[in-house]
Amino acid sequence: MTTRVDAPIDIAGGIGQSIRRPDGIPKLRGEFDYSSDLHANHMLWGATLRSPHPRALIAGIDISAALAIPGVAAVLTAEDVPGNPFFGQERQDQPVLAIDQVRFWGEAVAIVAAEDRETAQRAAAAISVEYEPLEPLVDAEEAWAAGEVYRQAEVITGDQGLRGDVVVEGTYETAAQDQAMLGTESGLAIPDGTGGVDLHVSTQWLHVDHRQVAACLGLDSDVVRMHLAGVGGAFGAREDLSLQVHLCMLALRTGRPVKMVYDRAESFAGHVHRHPAKMWFRHEADFEGNLVRVEARLVLDGGAYAETSGPVVANAAYFAVGPYRCPSVKVTGAAVRTNNPPNGAMRGFGAVQVCFGYEAQMDRLATALGMDSVEVRLRNALASGDRLATTTQTITGSLPTAEVIRSVAAMPLPDDLDTEDPRHLPGGTGLTTPASAIKRGVGFAVGFKNIAFAETFDDFAEVRVALADAGIEIRTAAAEVGQGMVTVLGQIARSTTGIARVEVIPASTTEIGSAGSTSASRQTQMTGGAVHEACKEVLSEALRRGGGDRLTDEGVWLGGDLVTPMGDLLADGAIEHHTRYRHPPTEAPDEHGHGNLHAGYAVSAHRAVVDVDVELGLVRVVQIDTAQDVGKALNPQSVLGQIEGGTLQGVGLAIMEELLLDDGIVRNATFTDYLIPTILDAPDVEAILIEDPEEWGPFGAKGMGELPTISSTPAVVAAIRAASGRDLTRAPVLPQDIAGIN
Amino acid sequence: METVLATSLDEALDALTADPGATVLAGGTDLMVSVAYGDLRPSSVVSVRRIPDLHRLDDSFVGAAVTWAELERGPWPAFAEAARTAGSPQIRAVGTLGGNLGTASPAGDGLPFLAAIDAEVVLVSRAGTRSLPWHEFITGPKSTALGAGEIILGASIPPISGKQAFAKVGARSAMAISIASACLLRDDAGSTRIALGSVGPKPMRARRAEEMISAEHSPSSAAIDEFARLVTEEVTPIDDHRSTAAYRRHAAGVISRRLLERCLP
Repeated sequence: MTTRVDAPIDIAGGIGQSIRRPDGIPKLRGEFDYSSDLHANHMLWGATLRSPHPRALIAGIDISAALAIPGVAAVLTAEDVPGNPFFGQERQDQPVLAIDQVRFWGEAVAIVAAEDRETAQRAAAAISVEYEPLEPLVDAEEAWAAGEVYRQAEVITGDQGLRGDVVVEGTYETAAQDQAMLGTESGLAIPDGTGGVDLHVSTQWLHVDHRQVAACLGLDSDVVRMHLAGVGGAFGAREDLSLQVHLCMLALRTGRPVKMVYDRAESFAGHVHRHPAKMWFRHEADFEGNLVRVEARLVLDGGAYAETSGPVVANAAYFAVGPYRCPSVKVTGAAVRTNNPPNGAMRGFGAVQVCFGYEAQMDRLATALGMDSVEVRLRNALASGDRLATTTQTITGSLPTAEVIRSVAAMPLPDDLDTEDPRHLPGGTGLTTPASAIKRGVGFAVGFKNIAFAETFDDFAEVRVALADAGIEIRTAAAEVGQGMVTVLGQIARSTTGIARVEVIPASTTEIGSAGSTSASRQTQMTGGAVHEACKEVLSEALRRGGGDRLTDEGVWLGGDLVTPMGDLLADGAIEHHTRYRHPPTEAPDEHGHGNLHAGYAVSAHRAVVDVDVELGLVRVVQIDTAQDVGKALNPQSVLGQIEGGTLQGVGLAIMEELLLDDGIVRNATFTDYLIPTILDAPDVEAILIEDPEEWGPFGAKGMGELPTISSTPAVVAAIRAASGRDLTRAPVLPQDIAGIN
Repeated sequence: METVLATSLDEALDALTADPGATVLAGGTDLMVSVAYGDLRPSSVVSVRRIPDLHRLDDSFVGAAVTWAELERGPWPAFAEAARTAGSPQIRAVGTLGGNLGTASPAGDGLPFLAAIDAEVVLVSRAGTRSLPWHEFITGPKSTALGAGEIILGASIPPISGKQAFAKVGARSAMAISIASACLLRDDAGSTRIALGSVGPKPMRARRAEEMISAEHSPSSAAIDEFARLVTEEVTPIDDHRSTAAYRRHAAGVISRRLLERCLP
């Protein structure tokens, strides 16, 4: 199908150019102000007391010893929460501070404000809590059996009696993954002296935080003002509240500004992680390799509170077949309540876990059929105009599944083993592995996910665009979390209006309505779409007022003549347009999980080449080739950054990243023991951008932040399987799994 | 807390005598982590990095304030290989051998070399100087024979000839805590020493394996296998959050065999 997109104005700094981002050099030089750098005169520091137990009753809390410490200004517990004692984005089930019991290790029990950070931490430690520990529920299957379910997602499609000629079955697991954003949770709350408060904080969605914070504080929403501070990465970790309400409570109680910065260990307890999943799949195909039936059973551990478990398990179910056609499907998925730390949003949002399973199955199917694994995928590849195998939704936007597969398959493989530099061998600087011990493997995987919010969610983004003396001003509450959104909004504005000077005003809740979350790969399409629409209106009004056919920073032109200089054009004031941009509406699923649930889709493919020291079980990921469906690359450099970073996050889950839990207690809540890839673990990434324009959004662009993470993990593990000959059904793959030592 | 920036041994020993609760600080790469996470609250800190005596580095001695970065370019190839695996470039620029000895972690990256070469740890106090063999200095996981008022002056390194090599298994290509590590020395006559880290409560020598392979002037592949097997018998690893006992035992054997092969002509 062909999608019409607006033609961009040809302008320096417009779309399609890899222009430099404004925060790039300051970040490299260490001059960028992150939320942890905030400061106010006479500010206090906050600290949090957290539960050492995964499950316990609270028989009593004695704060007197903490209050007695010189320099302590306030010690607050659940009794001090002024408004709604609970919060939660989907379901308000999590106490601001624990009420009578704790349900996970690390749950916030009490908060302290003191003259300095160390005093605050000492005071928190001086609070005496009498716990009566209970047996924690930490097994997801047991929780499901006990009916502790946040959401059960069922999909039944097609003739349930269909059977294939070839059947493959497998059980797969993915571990809990941490977002490992480099900036921990931090913020500064400043009371206004009249009962209100300004909160400067790192977040992904100011307005959804704002709604919850005001409710928990029992305040009108207009006296609680939220401002986006410098965000040091997010990846889903900032979708749910952490210290927002605590900071405001302390500031309002003490009448002084209060700052909090979690250390790394506290950060692990302070945000949700990627749901660990146990997944069973049965794939059936005919002798030609056409999928006939897919069955799946998925269990996701949601942890102690609901957070976003509902939509995560729904996504897992809807994408359990992957980007493939299949006439008969049955999927049952559950996100369950346990006493493990809560799990929620992380880049890929349910699509990551199932991709690890269904792509392993596609390889097994290829083996069982004696077919090439790329050929099996191509044979079943979903395309625009097809119906999704699970929900039966007809895909009306672009979906170049076959193109991404073919593009990657056609890329040249890297050279043979380079033995010159031991850092590039398995084991790296540890010098464990001679070249003779290495086997090379190649693996392939395809990933698939929806873009933006789904299932009837009223998904919109507000912006106000003004053409004023200083150029274009964009007001938006969309959170720049490091992905480059401020840069791309400027590019969209330039290419839409012809004005070169663009400023994006820092985001807050005071000047503009919600932009929705910086998540679900949505901001470039949503807030970018809003900027594009508003800029079109501003341009149209400018040309009307100025009586011309072209706008530049000088004014309005007609043919080659400047007919209305900018000063005259704006003599009666700025030209403004406010818009609330929405993507096509989505439906709720019926009892079979069917409906037009999604606003659009994207697809990606990865091919991983690994060198494996099979005897020691050590892996070096040599190269990853990928093709990504991006609609239109508005800033190719930023797109490549997302691809490289997302791919590496997937490599991490493939070979090292895992939050270790022992009876509900996190064992590796530091970067000493929760390992993420270093630059020596980072493969070369070669990327091909497939530009097949999407049906909505600016200039055909498609959200692409999550896709690179989805298929990289299964591609790497498939490559390790190929090198080692082992099944490897769990990510991350550990050395002992490859070496076969249990 | 008070911090004394000592510029001489006298000054540092005075400060340690004045406050028995004082902690010695060199690079701080272990100490500051303990302080930051509240595991350690020293009443005072004595910084020793400005003391010239602790910076001695020659063919027979490594001062306690010698950094990993300096050892990477030092006279012992296996020690340099071990130093290269410690932390990041930033850590190696400030982290010291004295700190590795003082922390005495079973995973200490510098310790297998010291164990293999039979280093002595030199301690100094107001009472004078004393030397302890490495295995008497390290008394257990994260515990040492360092007495009150004592400072680690450094390690004395006996002369060595022949070949030497180090290997470390970690969970990623750099900046990883050791899952198993080993250092092997073999002279021209075949006399072989092998020391291992992270496979027991403290760094250890695999004496039976050493004895067996030292008798083999040109070891056959069967002899090399037997050497590796003996190593796996001698190590005493545990399960923890970084790995399993079974994998550590296996890895100890594999890297011992490979180190021996690297050191054969």
